[in-house]
Amino acid sequence: MSAPFLWIFLPLFVAGFLLLIRNQKVIALIACIFTFLLTLAAWLLPIDTPMTIGNFYFKLSPSFEILGRHLILSSSDRSLLVLIYGSAIVWFAAAPSIKTARRMTSLGLAITALLVAALAVEPFLYAALLIEMAVLLSIPFLSAPSHKPGNGLIRFLIFQTLAMPFILFSGWLLAGIEANPGNLGLVQQAAILIGLGFSFLLAVFPFYSWIPLLTEESSPYTVGFILWIFPTVILFFGLGFLDHYTWLRDATSLRSILTTVGILMVVSGGLLSAFQRHLGRIMGYAVIMETGFSILSMGLGGTRGLNIFFMLLVPRSLCLVVWAIALTILKEHSATLYLKDIKGFGRSLPFVTSGLVLANLALAGIPLLAGFPPHQAIWEGLASTSLPVVIWVLIGSLGLLFSAIRVMATFAAAPERTHWESRETGGQRIFLAIGFLALLLLGLFPQWVLPLWTNLPAIFTHLGQ
Amino acid sequence: MVILNWVALLIALTTSVGLLLQRDWRWGIGWLATQYLSIFWLVQTHWPISMAAAKLVTGWMVCTVLVIAQENTNPAEETELSWPQGRLFRLFTSGIILAATFALSLRASVWLGLSLPIAWSSLLLIGMGLLQLGISAQPFRVILGLLTILAGFESLYAAVESSILVAALLSSVNLGLALTGAYFLNMRQEEHP
Repeated sequence: MSAPFLWIFLPLFVAGFLLLIRNQKVIALIACIFTFLLTLAAWLLPIDTPMTIGNFYFKLSPSFEILGRHLILSSSDRSLLVLIYGSAIVWFAAAPSIKTARRMTSLGLAITALLVAALAVEPFLYAALLIEMAVLLSIPFLSAPSHKPGNGLIRFLIFQTLAMPFILFSGWLLAGIEANPGNLGLVQQAAILIGLGFSFLLAVFPFYSWIPLLTEESSPYTVGFILWIFPTVILFFGLGFLDHYTWLRDATSLRSILTTVGILMVVSGGLLSAFQRHLGRIMGYAVIMETGFSILSMGLGGTRGLNIFFMLLVPRSLCLVVWAIALTILKEHSATLYLKDIKGFGRSLPFVTSGLVLANLALAGIPLLAGFPPHQAIWEGLASTSLPVVIWVLIGSLGLLFSAIRVMATFAAAPERTHWESRETGGQRIFLAIGFLALLLLGLFPQWVLPLWTNLPAIFTHLGQ
Repeated sequence: MVILNWVALLIALTTSVGLLLQRDWRWGIGWLATQYLSIFWLVQTHWPISMAAAKLVTGWMVCTVLVIAQENTNPAEETELSWPQGRLFRLFTSGIILAATFALSLRASVWLGLSLPIAWSSLLLIGMGLLQLGISAQPFRVILGLLTILAGFESLYAAVESSILVAALLSSVNLGLALTGAYFLNMRQEEHP
């Protein structure tokens, strides 16, 4: 058996099978067990090494040939598989408690498998096509047939589709540069195409208008999943570009470009989040900020920047899960997610409101919460090169902090003599309690997730050295 | 053979302008189906005819999916809500795109080593697709715009890449876009039973 079959094709088959089942709990159970087994296999099974269990002998080959090209998952990719499928378990496990299991698990598993395929395909530029297929699969995932397609959904489709030609065409130019490295005109053209391609894919300023629109019009939980998995995989794809092309990695202007783009995203995302009246939109802007932080960490360069980049992954997915669960439950109890409609909810939905505010504060980089250690490392890294940059980043974080305080004040604004109660279900309380406990513990003991990302640099031949 | 490339360019121009001006979906899909004929011709100059035929077949499958989806929707929803709606404006902007892509294609044909009609047709389709996306917010028109952009890109990309996997994945993306379009139309149908 080959590794790509186990972590790409098998999940696709299971995703198809899950569409046939009607019971939400059964779907979630199968998806969770299956994803857990995939995570465990990624953790334990070596790739391309013979193994013997009793009389049974087998070897996971790293390559799978398809139409003359290869999907390759080597031993160094195992940590990434653990991270992706391990995080997916959390998303799938919470789905039945908020009644989104059917779409969430089947389509979510297929999207995850396609994005893993995007990271495994060789030549790696073909990833753009697989990402586009995942985008197309995300359309029914993000919007139920009973709703009219909103502007956010349509813009998401347009921007992500426009990215594909840019990335594919840049690949052709990059091959030309490898053959003729002295051609500066070609380098410039390739850089512009790559820049545009990734700007569309990563929803870089000013192409991020679809994120707040989508978080406003779609289910927060499904949008949360999309906003977790797409930026994560695309950022890895981007790092793959840097790892693969020496001229790009060694370009003198690369770090300043990445830092400028990162600041633009952090500042615009943070400041705009402070003026939002819709809770979904605040989450959208927080995600934009987080992508900005990842780009900033890439701009720091070297193994230090890479390590900070990996440090951001686990707290971000945790914060997003908690935030998305809280918003979804809140949406069940409120007509809309506008601040005017959720006044005083702190007393009737204490778990939801606490989880939402904690996740918001964690992404703002507040000490003792999960987001603080990586954010602090970024501030420290930036401060060693330029103080004004740190001030700009701080302004962005303050914007998100302001939005958290505003939301907290709205939740607390209950009429006098309102009794405390908890209208969440038992399952919802358990998930949220585990969530905000994890947010606190990761803030206090960030080293606990160290084993998850210490092997990740091995994915990259040059960047990780 | 060269004259046929110019004929393909003329078809690409007519169909892309037709797609922009149409107000009836039947005409829209008709123009799209014809557009794939020109794509087939443009692609077969670089690819074996069997692989180029796959583009044509995929394109017509896309059209079939969209026809089936449209047949089930409420015709009352056909009205274009975006501004501007005038045909004169659209013709004028098409003229600008035509001129701009001609200027671009003079350089692109040298750069990519393509003949002028092929480079011009590809850039024209990309430009017209972008224009379609820019002036319409209707999901059906958005899908037509995206398919037009992809058609232009594919005819350009065929000159530099002949991988079977890429051809297969691009065909899947085209079909996926058509299914997405069908899904959008179905969503609207359920909204107004």
